[in-house]
Amino acid sequence: MEILIQQLFNGLTIGSVYSLVALGLTLVYGILHIPNFAHGALYMMGGYITLTMMTKYGLHYWIAIFVSILVVGMIGVFMERFVFHPLREAPPIHDKIAAIGILLFLEAFAQFVWGAEFQSMPTPYGQVVQIFGLTFTMQRLLIVISAIVVMILLTLFLKKTFTGSTIIAMSQNREGANLVGINTNRVAMLTFMISGGLAAIAASLSAPINLVFPAMGQLVILKAFVIIILGGMGSVPGAILGGYILGFSESLGATYISNDYKDIIAFVLLVLILSVKPTGLFSKGGH
Amino acid sequence: MAKVQRIAILVLILLAIIFPIISQNDYFIHVMTLSFIWMIGVYGLNLLAGYTGYLSLAHAGFFAIGAYSLGLLTVKAEMNFWPALFLSLVITGVIGFFVGLISLRTKEHFFAIYTLCVGYIIYLVIDKWDSLTEGVRGLIGIPAPANIGPLSFETLQSHYYLVLFFLLLVVLIMYRIVHSLSGRTYIAIRNSEDLAQTIGISTMKNKLTVFVISTVIAGLSGALYASFVRFIGPDIGSIAIVFDFLTYLLVGGIGTLSGPIVGTILIVVLSQRLQFLQDYRMLVFGPVLTLLIIFYPRGIVGAVVSWTQKRKASFHQPIIRAKKLPEEQVKEG
Repeated sequence: MEILIQQLFNGLTIGSVYSLVALGLTLVYGILHIPNFAHGALYMMGGYITLTMMTKYGLHYWIAIFVSILVVGMIGVFMERFVFHPLREAPPIHDKIAAIGILLFLEAFAQFVWGAEFQSMPTPYGQVVQIFGLTFTMQRLLIVISAIVVMILLTLFLKKTFTGSTIIAMSQNREGANLVGINTNRVAMLTFMISGGLAAIAASLSAPINLVFPAMGQLVILKAFVIIILGGMGSVPGAILGGYILGFSESLGATYISNDYKDIIAFVLLVLILSVKPTGLFSKGGH
Repeated sequence: MAKVQRIAILVLILLAIIFPIISQNDYFIHVMTLSFIWMIGVYGLNLLAGYTGYLSLAHAGFFAIGAYSLGLLTVKAEMNFWPALFLSLVITGVIGFFVGLISLRTKEHFFAIYTLCVGYIIYLVIDKWDSLTEGVRGLIGIPAPANIGPLSFETLQSHYYLVLFFLLLVVLIMYRIVHSLSGRTYIAIRNSEDLAQTIGISTMKNKLTVFVISTVIAGLSGALYASFVRFIGPDIGSIAIVFDFLTYLLVGGIGTLSGPIVGTILIVVLSQRLQFLQDYRMLVFGPVLTLLIIFYPRGIVGAVVSWTQKRKASFHQPIIRAKKLPEEQVKEG
């Protein structure tokens, strides 16, 4: 029983990180219909920038995360401006390849600047807490709580503010949004900014319990794709729900099936879903 | 034009044949043999992504399946090289058939994401299935191709000619496919799948055929790689390899017949010249890939073709050519 609860909590932790990454991916997909393969690289950059801010400049954890959000958000904006914007009329195969080009560049860049070795990120929240006789590390609790706070803030932003509504409007109908006077270029940049910021938060939160290395984004991004297919490409609640579903199935699968093959679970899930329904679960019809 | 092309092709083949004799440098021959092996794989990817419009990110997986099938059959089952090569192509084709059967029901983004995940599954299975594949340690001692009568492939030069033979075979097959009715059908599917369906093309059957051919060619490339390098590890199934293939293809020209050769040679030679870049080659090639896709979506060959086309058009405007070369017909994308 204790193991089960522990594993459920682990699932909640991993799921929170997955949800944050998938949210950024799904927002971009909703707006521009681009599967941004470079999103994993944004996640990785987020980890490295927070790490550098903390170790090299001695900033506090939260301030380091804030800097990282800004920097990675800006990388996202540049990506939109210099790569995806010029390609918006091109056939769909092109922006996928361009995204791969960016991914390769950023990974090589990280390896060049920070080296290929694994690095661990210090955290001010290393202590262990006891709740109902169960032991949790502070950092894991922090991941869950911060992730939920970020998700609530994002939902409020999208639902309640004018700027948020423009994002929703544009994801529903690009031409329509343009017609009613929404500056679609600005919205696209904003979305990339948010998407990068979310990736930076996810990486900075999870890095202390994982590690920081150039390829750290690869597996996470693949799983994020599984999640947004699970939850419907472009759907915000779908990404959150899908993230937690995957988090739980992985942590339970690791305990009760096999730890070696836990990374395959996500992909087997995807293969099953797409075999049954080639357009993904909850798809909103062709785009 | 056609005559010039024919002569150019003959000269190229001749150059390839006399290359080991002129260069006399084992290192160069080694590099060339490797790039011929890559080219074969790139041709496989080109048929699917370039002509049918389906970007498969699982091709490193099929490359690895080909390599591992050959490696396991020769090392663990101690089979003769040639039946093992044949069997490994069959294995790759069968797996390709089933993957294609499911994956081709998905379209565009879903297809790319799906195949990305399939590629990762293949990589993980190779990496984790220690008892069969030796896991991260890799498979050692893969034999060189067995003798055919008096022909032996023990030396570097003979191996070079063997790989060159397979490359020419693949190019020939590609040429035949692309210039046949099937080739036109594939291009039709790429340009508009719905339209192709409307005019009565069985798109699923055609797509599946292309997918299987393309995986078998990737498998051939993998099998040749295994017997040439003699050692394989799970890394050859990693996504980095498919990205390498894509880079070669895009620099040369996606959806063109000579693109894979031009792109692979250029990048391999460049990487050799810039040895210090080894680990960081993507610092240069990543942006190159992205810029290329923005400004020259059809790569070097595509750019040259449209340039000559334009020049020709300005020379004799009123002439409407009845028979265009398919390369020129390929519209962007």
